[in-house]
Amino acid sequence: MTDEFEPNILAFCCNWCSYAGADLAGVSRFQYPPNIRIIRVMCSGRVEPAFILEALKDGADGVLITGCHIGDCHYIDGNRNAEVRINNTIDALKYLGLDGRLRLEWVSASEGARFAEVVSEFTEEIRKLGPNPLKET
Amino acid sequence: MNIGVYVCHCGTNIAGVIDVEKVTEYATTLDGVVVARNYKYMCSDPGKDLIRSDIKENNLDRVVVAACSPTMHEKTYRDVMEEMGGNPFLFEMANIREQDSWVHTDKDMATEKAYDLVRMAVAKVRRNEPLERIEIPVTQRALIIGGGVAGMEASLDLAEQGYEVIMVEKEQSIGGHMSQLTKTFPTLDCPMCILAPKMALHEHKNITIYSFSEIEEVSGYVGNFEVSIRKKAKSVIEDLCNGCGLCQEKCPTKVLSVYDGKLGTRKAIYTLFPQAVPRIPVLDRENCLMFTKGTCGVCKKVCPTDAIDYDQQDEIITEKVGAIIVATGYAEYDPTPIEEYGYGRYKNVLTGLQFERLTNASGPTLGVLKRPSDGATPKRFAFIQCVGSRDVNTQEYCSKVCCMYTVKNARLLRDEHPESEVYIFYTDVRSAGKGYEEFYKISQEKGVKFIRGRVSEVVGLPDDNLLLRTEDTLTGDVYEVEVDMAILACALLPAEGSDKLRDILKISEGTDGFFMEAHPKLRPVDTLTDGIYLAGCAQGPRDIADTVVHAKGAASGASVLISHTKMSLDPISAYSDESVCRGCGECKLVCQFGAIEIEPLNGRLIAKVNEVLCKGCGACVGACCNGAMSIRHFKDEQINSMIEAAMEVA
Ligand SMILES: Cc1cc2nc3c(=O)[nH]c(=O)nc-3n(C[C@H](O)[C@H](O)[C@H](O)COP(=O)(O)OP(=O)(O)OC[C@H]3O[C@@H](n4cnc5c(N)ncnc54)[C@H](O)[C@@H]3O)c2cc1C
Repeated sequence: MTDEFEPNILAFCCNWCSYAGADLAGVSRFQYPPNIRIIRVMCSGRVEPAFILEALKDGADGVLITGCHIGDCHYIDGNRNAEVRINNTIDALKYLGLDGRLRLEWVSASEGARFAEVVSEFTEEIRKLGPNPLKET
Repeated sequence: MNIGVYVCHCGTNIAGVIDVEKVTEYATTLDGVVVARNYKYMCSDPGKDLIRSDIKENNLDRVVVAACSPTMHEKTYRDVMEEMGGNPFLFEMANIREQDSWVHTDKDMATEKAYDLVRMAVAKVRRNEPLERIEIPVTQRALIIGGGVAGMEASLDLAEQGYEVIMVEKEQSIGGHMSQLTKTFPTLDCPMCILAPKMALHEHKNITIYSFSEIEEVSGYVGNFEVSIRKKAKSVIEDLCNGCGLCQEKCPTKVLSVYDGKLGTRKAIYTLFPQAVPRIPVLDRENCLMFTKGTCGVCKKVCPTDAIDYDQQDEIITEKVGAIIVATGYAEYDPTPIEEYGYGRYKNVLTGLQFERLTNASGPTLGVLKRPSDGATPKRFAFIQCVGSRDVNTQEYCSKVCCMYTVKNARLLRDEHPESEVYIFYTDVRSAGKGYEEFYKISQEKGVKFIRGRVSEVVGLPDDNLLLRTEDTLTGDVYEVEVDMAILACALLPAEGSDKLRDILKISEGTDGFFMEAHPKLRPVDTLTDGIYLAGCAQGPRDIADTVVHAKGAASGASVLISHTKMSLDPISAYSDESVCRGCGECKLVCQFGAIEIEPLNGRLIAKVNEVLCKGCGACVGACCNGAMSIRHFKDEQINSMIEAAMEVA
């Protein structure tokens, strides 16, 4: 392979905080690597481990889940459910040889800069980690 | 299935980075797409006309617009769909501006990303289902909880618009804290004089007041609340009482008056203040001799209308309303725990509200300045600011009104008693507001002495005078000042009983304990529970002018709702597949909105979603152990189709 590895990253952003944070990154023109594709869900609590596995199975090199900060959830505590569920999934992925490919972050609607930073950082981490071993080559 | 895809240039916002021609061409290769076009501004009328004419000519039933964020224009295009007879939920947006052209500079990669985003949106729209908005009736009445200036203002605004208003006040009179004040900054009006015309609201044909009453239970949902109200026994028959006041005049029992900051007494049967509304006294059963000793009966004997009823019981009243405004105000912080200030130990250390009562013409001393310890006329005064505010050990927030009310009281002292010495020990003087800075300047000109620093200690002297120790943080000097009276500017806390009310209403509180608004900037009067609004200090400390503004906002929010006889709700709600559901109840546990009930069905249990209460977060779907729970518009197969599409290599 002569081309540099370009990771495919899938993100699930909650509608109220982090999707708005991603929009704000745009409005403020904070640049980040173009490797990410965002799926909007109403709440981070909607994200099921099955979605993450589906994405990894389909070849995602990294999956990012973002929600409102704890205490700010539009649905009171959907992000707390997400926290438990995603952290368990992060643990489970270690046993599947997919350690480090899933990340959970809280990004508020006013944190456009933070959204860009999180995405840049995660993209670089995945770049270092290399392609998803499940991906057929 | 006929899908149309429209790629917006947004001037050069998108087209400057993304090759919109290529994206359009690419879109035509996608499954189900019959037409793809691009245009300079899709949201303009000619842009929307492109969609309109394709819906007609090409029989489009589904549409994808690749443009800005859906938070900008999703509604715009959904409206176009609806207007053309289509279903607004057979629509998706691909966000290629905020989340693509504005955040990437590499044109090829940005264009490739746009392919992916369009492909994902097309995959989703293919699986979207037509949804119908849920229509529900609206009860065109409002409940106002709390009868302070906030509750009064909101009630009047709604009543004047023709809506029936139910006001519930826990005290025996409406008026709130404003009725306790002596004068108000920045105009130095007499608060009772400007409040009285508003208090006449009890005569308004559209307003019903339940005083000495509390909210017991609230059920239902936006537009359709059912409220049960506990009307506590006053031991006075309201319909018979004419408010003559003979009972309180003759009652032999004196009790410390909480309303007067315990600086004076009231009787066991009493009204809060002379202008009380309603002007019906309440018999305090904890102190009345009839109840404590079983004998007396003076009030019953002297009552000319036979209105005293010792056997009266609490009553539970139910009312139906469409909107609820919470206007429960604040409580003053009790500074006893801050021991160095000696509150409770030294009689001449008072709180701000006590000082208001002490200087009030209808207060315990009829407005004559007397020290509580010995009745002597005080001449030297120290006001101590930020007591329980801006302090990590108590409340971190600023209580916002204390600087101005202290400046007010200090200035009044200098005006009315020019021989007095007045010190203010402050952290910062916060006087933002129309005319406030000017008001503060005048108080300086009138000789009020401002010392920047936190008082470290108040020491009681044998003659009841007080010695204050402090440092002036501007000059570095250490001060000792002897005064006759110290007044603590205590923090404003959420009203007592706010926790209970929060549980009843299922609304949230912020980290400061006050009720939380839906958005700090754009939705300051809404709560996250549709149909419930906040007014005044219930949401956070603010002065009267800001309270009135906030209350008018809440009334406007409520009237937008109850001005309709029907309303439609977003159909994005959860539902359970009854053939799969085992009724385990995990979904009900995570639902914060009480939208799920476990019900019997043919001898087994199943989860049933009340789609009116459901907010569409999808928490229950994640919690469901066997895939019985789904959520419309964000179903598993819809999300999975986007995941697959995202990972397909373009
Ligand atoms: C010492 C002091 C001096 C002040 N001086 C000034 C001034 O000069 N100028 C100025 O602009 N502002 C002043 N303020 C601020 C002013 O008091 C408030 O802005 C104003 O009272 C807020 O009105 P409100 O209706 O929101 O709350 P409140 O006045 O607190 O009224 C709330 C009402 O709700 C009722 N209630 C509470 N809980 C319940 C419940 N669960 N069920 C039913 N009813 C309930 C209460 O009994 C009360 O009647 C001062 C404040 C203090 C502490």
